[in-house]
Formats: sequence, C-alpha cells, structure tokens
Amino acid sequence: MRLAGLIVLSALFAVDAASAEIPQAERRSGYSFMAPDTRAMQDDDTINPGMLWVLDGEKLWARKSGVTNKACADCHQDARASMKGVAAHYPAIDKALGRPVDLEQRINLCRTTHQQATPLPYESRELLALTAFVAQQSRGAAIEPGNDPQLAPFVAKGRELFMQRQGQLNLGCTNCHDENWDKRLAGSAITQGHPTGYPLYRLEWQSLGSLQRRLRACMTGIRAQAYDYGAPELVELELYLMSRARGMPLEAPAIRP
Amino acid sequence: MASALINVPAKAKRGDIIEIKTLMSHIMETGYRHTATGEVVPRDIITSFACRYNGTEIFRADLFPAIAANPFITFFTTATASGKFEFEWIGDNGFSETASASITVE
Repeated sequence: MRLAGLIVLSALFAVDAASAEIPQAERRSGYSFMAPDTRAMQDDDTINPGMLWVLDGEKLWARKSGVTNKACADCHQDARASMKGVAAHYPAIDKALGRPVDLEQRINLCRTTHQQATPLPYESRELLALTAFVAQQSRGAAIEPGNDPQLAPFVAKGRELFMQRQGQLNLGCTNCHDENWDKRLAGSAITQGHPTGYPLYRLEWQSLGSLQRRLRACMTGIRAQAYDYGAPELVELELYLMSRARGMPLEAPAIRP
Repeated sequence: MASALINVPAKAKRGDIIEIKTLMSHIMETGYRHTATGEVVPRDIITSFACRYNGTEIFRADLFPAIAANPFITFFTTATASGKFEFEWIGDNGFSETASASITVE
C-alpha cells in the first residue's frame, strides 16, 4: 500500500515537472528581458564590446600555431563560409571521444590534434576570441542540436541535472528558469535560461564569458559546488539547454546585464 | 591583443554634424581590488584619449578608475573637410594604441 502510494506520488511529481516546462510559443531569449539601453548595445556592432573579441578571433584564425605550424584558416579557409551555422549545432558528438564536446572543447581538440599546439585555458582571452569569432558566423541561425541518436542519453543526463535540486539553497535550475521566469530576483529579471548568445558580454563581468562560466556562477549562487570547467556534467547541461532552445536564433556575441 | 572599433560616417555633407563612436579593448583594472591572498591588483587603466581631425585636436578626455572595462567614447563634430580622423589611447604600463578612419566631405 505504501509502495503504491509512493508510485502515485512520484507519478504526480513527474507530471508536475513535465508541465513546468515552457511551451514552445512562450519561449523568450534573454534579450527580450533586457532594458532598451542594453538591447541597443547588442543591436549595434560598433557599440557591442563582444565584437572586440570577434576582431581578435579573426586575427587568431589566421595565425599559425603549434608543431605543424598551421592556422585554423589553412584547413577551414574563410570562416565566413566554412563556419556558417556550425555553432548552432554544438555541443556535438566527438567520434573519437564518444561523448559530446562544446565549441570551446572542439577548438581545443583541433589545436591539440591538428595543430599539435597546447590547448587554450578556459576563459582565456584567446579561447573566448576564437569561440566568439566562430559563433558569430552563425548569428541568426536557428539553434539545432544534432539529431544524432548518440546524443540522446547525454541530453537526458543534462535534463536530469537541470531538474535536480542541489546546494544549500536546495534549488534546481528548473525552479527558477521553468517555474519563475516571469518574476524577478531582487532587481534582476529571472530569464528562461536559453543559451542563445554565448559567448556573451556580461556587463557584470565587464568581459566576454562562456556558457560554462554562466552555469558555474548559477551553481555558486545556489550554494552548490560548481563543476570544474570542461566537466562532462557541464557539457551535458549545455547540451540540454541547447535542445531546450531548439529553433531559437543564435545572437552571439550577445550582451547581457 | 588590443583592438578598437571605430564608427565614423564614410560620407557627409559640409557642415553636417556627425557622430563618432569609439570602443577600445582594455581591462580598466581599478587598483582598488585585492586577490584572494590580500595583495592589491595593481592599477591598469587608460588615462587619456584624444581625437585629431586632419591634424587638429577636436576632442580629448581623461579617464579614471571608475570607468568600466572596454571604454566606449562617443562625441559629435562638424564635418568640415575630407580627410582623416586619428584616435589615440594612452594608459598605464606603457599602453598606447592608435586607430584612424577616413571621411569624404562633399
């Protein structure tokens, strides 16, 4: 009897969790939560400080590096053609590793395997610059994480983490970003958590930053131990968030408060 | 790596008031912050910005620690003649960057 009660209870919770998800038609980019001044910053590429990283990335794209003395451009030629739409499909499965990698990890894999250069540290200016330059080539493209059946278990794991309560505040991502996105936390809008503009320039950071930086900050905010940069859990979460934002246009490099 | 973004209209009519926008890549470290071990992070800011229009200085600004990273400076001037705008940023630790943009005045 008690067991049956538990099953009913857990079924109720499952329904509750599913119904909390945001309907397709109500999905909104973080952009739509911003003040007009901040939107204007994103709308004009000559005001958007994220473009400074894009400019640096463009230079790095052509710079020879590593033992093989090759530049990104030596294999991929003009990024405007070769990288168009690419960022909209990340994280994607790396065949050799058999698990998803995000754009930063893909750039570093390219560095270590094809250029035989040292990987760039997470959040370093160079890695952010290259990521921003590549991501900008997909601006306006619809987010479309691949339909690779290999991805499915990782999306499921990411979703599990999104729903999981954790930290001293005992909150899951879903408690804010599915259930309370129409409200505010102190003065700030709680957004729906769609990663449409990464890497993006946060005014609070006074810098460009990756989605992993944002996720780690959220985890610290709920007083949980943040995963290390590059941890599989973070990539799975990124993957779930991208699948959740499927079809929304990419804005990189975006501005956020 | 330091890059600048400059926005000057490519063309203007003589006497037009034009807007010039500049964005300079810089961390603007205030000098008031400490590391986890208590050491002061030394100040590293841009201290001065100037713009010359065909050799004549038309705008100058002094910058201070309270100015945010990647300073965005915008101002207006009157288009008087075709030529060149030259921009110069000077700061701590020998920071010195220049950029230029051309305009055609009809």
